[in-house]
Amino acid sequence: MNNQITSQKSGDLDPLFLSNLLEKYSTEQSIKKWDMGASSSRDLSVQVQNGKAKQLKGSQRNSLTLRVWNENNQVGITSTSDMTNKGIKKAMRGAVEASLFGNKIESPEFSPLAKTELEEDNSKISSPHTIDDLLIILKKAEEQLIDTHPAIDSVPYNGLNESYMERIYINSEGANRHMKLSQSSIYLYAKAQEKDKKPRSAGAVKINSELNDLDINLCIKETSDKLISHLNYKPIETNKYLVCFSPEAFLQLLNAFSSMFNARSILDGLSLMSKDSLGNQISVSTLDISDEGLHPENVGAFSFDGEGTPTQNIKIVSEGKLINLLHSEATARKFGVKPTGHAGLGAKVSVSPDWLVVRKNQTEEDKDESLGVKKTNKEFILIDELSAIHSGVKASQGSFSLPFDGWVVNKGKKTSIEAATVAGDILKVLDSIVKIENEQIVTHQGISPHVWVENVSITGEA
Amino acid sequence: MRVKCHNKRKKKLTNSLLTRKNEDLLFHTFDETLRFQLEELLSVGKSAGADLIEVFLEKSDNISLMAEQDDISNVSPSFGIGAGIRVFLGKKDGFVSTNDLSKEGLLFALNQALGMLGLSTGSHNSFKFDGLTDFKDFASKKNGWLDESPDIKESTSKLLEATISLSNKNKNLQVRRASYSRNWQEVLVAASDGVFARDIRLHQTVGINVIAQKDKNRSTSARRYGSSGNPNDLRNWDIEKSVCDLNESAQKMLYAGYVEAGQMPVVLANKFGGVIFHEACGHLLETTQIERGTSPFHNSLNKQIANKAVSAVDEGLSNHAFGSLSMDDEGMEPQNTLLIENGVLKKFLSDRAGSLRTGHPRTGSGRRQNFSFAAASRMRNTYIKQGNFSPDELIKSVDNGLYCKSMGGGSVGPTGQFNFSVEEGYLIKNGRLDKPVKGATLIGEAKEILPRISMCANDLDLAAGFCGSVSGSVNVTVGQPHIKVDSITVGGR
Repeated sequence: MNNQITSQKSGDLDPLFLSNLLEKYSTEQSIKKWDMGASSSRDLSVQVQNGKAKQLKGSQRNSLTLRVWNENNQVGITSTSDMTNKGIKKAMRGAVEASLFGNKIESPEFSPLAKTELEEDNSKISSPHTIDDLLIILKKAEEQLIDTHPAIDSVPYNGLNESYMERIYINSEGANRHMKLSQSSIYLYAKAQEKDKKPRSAGAVKINSELNDLDINLCIKETSDKLISHLNYKPIETNKYLVCFSPEAFLQLLNAFSSMFNARSILDGLSLMSKDSLGNQISVSTLDISDEGLHPENVGAFSFDGEGTPTQNIKIVSEGKLINLLHSEATARKFGVKPTGHAGLGAKVSVSPDWLVVRKNQTEEDKDESLGVKKTNKEFILIDELSAIHSGVKASQGSFSLPFDGWVVNKGKKTSIEAATVAGDILKVLDSIVKIENEQIVTHQGISPHVWVENVSITGEA
Repeated sequence: MRVKCHNKRKKKLTNSLLTRKNEDLLFHTFDETLRFQLEELLSVGKSAGADLIEVFLEKSDNISLMAEQDDISNVSPSFGIGAGIRVFLGKKDGFVSTNDLSKEGLLFALNQALGMLGLSTGSHNSFKFDGLTDFKDFASKKNGWLDESPDIKESTSKLLEATISLSNKNKNLQVRRASYSRNWQEVLVAASDGVFARDIRLHQTVGINVIAQKDKNRSTSARRYGSSGNPNDLRNWDIEKSVCDLNESAQKMLYAGYVEAGQMPVVLANKFGGVIFHEACGHLLETTQIERGTSPFHNSLNKQIANKAVSAVDEGLSNHAFGSLSMDDEGMEPQNTLLIENGVLKKFLSDRAGSLRTGHPRTGSGRRQNFSFAAASRMRNTYIKQGNFSPDELIKSVDNGLYCKSMGGGSVGPTGQFNFSVEEGYLIKNGRLDKPVKGATLIGEAKEILPRISMCANDLDLAAGFCGSVSGSVNVTVGQPHIKVDSITVGGR
């Protein structure tokens, strides 16, 4: 192998150069107000199969999104991956043309926080590794995983990736945000089959800013433990059960219904909540939810959003009450608050959560304090991971029907469930929580403890 | 070993493709004049000892629009350029993508791909490269497509016509949205086995969706339409028909109760009902899955895997269908691939890498979302062939079951377990359609469900969709006639 092949290459984004270029092109088009977000990434990734390299990938990508305000304050936008002068000039022309069709009633403005001081940037930039390094690590991980149990025959889906990312935001009023970070990730998805039984599969993902700090052994162990625990399976009867959601599963569910906390969705009528919902009790009083993009465990977080607003930690639900929403500049203006750092960049700006953190409110008592995933003797369903979120969730109606991987747990003994779905209404689920455990567990999509919910509908095949 | 190359000049990259023309790349078409530069690039790769090098060049010009209620809320044009360079050595491959089309950028990408496989340029003094073959220009009659497509003004007018028409039909519609996207793509493929071809693709989609609300009842309904290679598609959109269909669905589902879970016979409607076959069976017949050993059908060629009532095809040829193409993303013309004949598995879908690794011949199915993905075997227009029954005969054959008139999305696991949401469902009682129900999910495994498709009606129809998989999101059509599944698990409350 050529040890010189790494994921880094010179060619960083230059905010000053881009700013001067856009100033020139905007003047040519009689545009006085504009802003721009640009990103650049360099990636290397490997996949292996049976101890050999399968596919090796690299990429160097740049893109730019340009927004302009015309003389009628209508906004136009254009994106391009052509970062040549002509490409950027064409993007300016495209944005000006698009602005003629911009919404005359509701236009975004610059974020009032686009020039405020950012939190100290503590993001780590790791030293690049060679493709050889990545291959050696992944081949070893594949081998170790297969060796953990005789029934594990392959790791059909796997990958090890190292990325370097860069993002800038600049505008015609002098805002200038610039940040770089690195990220590494590994995923292992293994398959096992025992004689006269169906094939079973399970996987795990780990992310870190440094490849050297990536917990590969834990990824192997989690995948193996899960897969082995699914080898002995049985169907379950359709019924209502006491359910314990794993931290991953509960966060998946919350993220699927995050339009409840999203000011843009509320204004568009796509949320279960309305403008008047702030202050309302939306769950049991033991539940606290916040969005903490600045949490140190949130690897890959940028310190500003698409509009240049600093990323912030926001308390969303406290003691079960909805106390804050996630905002862009435009939604914040409508609600009379400040932007929260959750915006994209567009003619109509999207809003999305960064990193949800679920906690038990320590001043409130759970309905059933006796429950605990490691100690409960009564029968319950442990839901490990939900599937098909994109198709099984009706976010605007609150309903969901989702397949899941999980176990029936009885007196501490776990038996894998062959195939089943969990269905319900999110507000009913939040109101039927009987226990939120104290131990918070970090996942790749946020932090949550195990959360217990009673009377949950499960469809099985028994 | 023999060294042969069309370009007799020194094997050193000139600047023409990579710098001077780069400045004009968005504004001029790819054509045969790139031959020499591409041959030089491929020669550099061959000189490193690669078995095969493939260069995929792409330009795109897209626009997406959104109308909400009675206003245009978003107009987003985007342009793109990029290249994907793939190098094969044995059964391994290295792939690098870049949108830096300078000489330095492309050489860096090529060297990176070569280095991934332990190769370095100039290490083989003699190599065989016969140069590129005759240029196949599949785009020669498509150069005007971009200009012939509706402009922003015309497109926004059509969308507003739809949302206003919805308002006029039903005052209970709290949310009315219409979206349009036009994706224009020009691609050029050059490979060291001689492939040298160009194509232009034009895909247009229109989506409409609503939320109906009355008191505490809420329903959502959506429809999507799509075409390929038809600049007039949006102009010819029958807005009135689409709006009536969507409104009727939203109204019926507004008061629907939740379905009771259980095992039951199911009749699936035509068009988008075919999404289940696409997800639950089609993906398992791609060599991308076969080479991983996860498909339950990897040893089932010429064996009975489905009921005799089932024959299915995947093709890229239907006129203007969303999944049709003149050449795949590896420069091969698509085929009409018979996947299943009377329940017997006849063929897998294969791309270049899949063929290399599994031995199944290529079917013109190498597809990718764009230059940043390596091509993989992917479906195009996939459907179950029609049978001889009328749709009514299928309904009449069920005492207690579910009629799935409109399907939502779904997913399939690596070993064939699938699940799909039902957007619009009705109970079937004593052979007749009964009350509407919501919240239904169909759950099963391909291997167990295919033998239970016992009846196919005579009303085959196709529907446009997007399929996400290893090589990104690609345009496809799914399809089927009305079909009956004798027993399937229905998830509900």
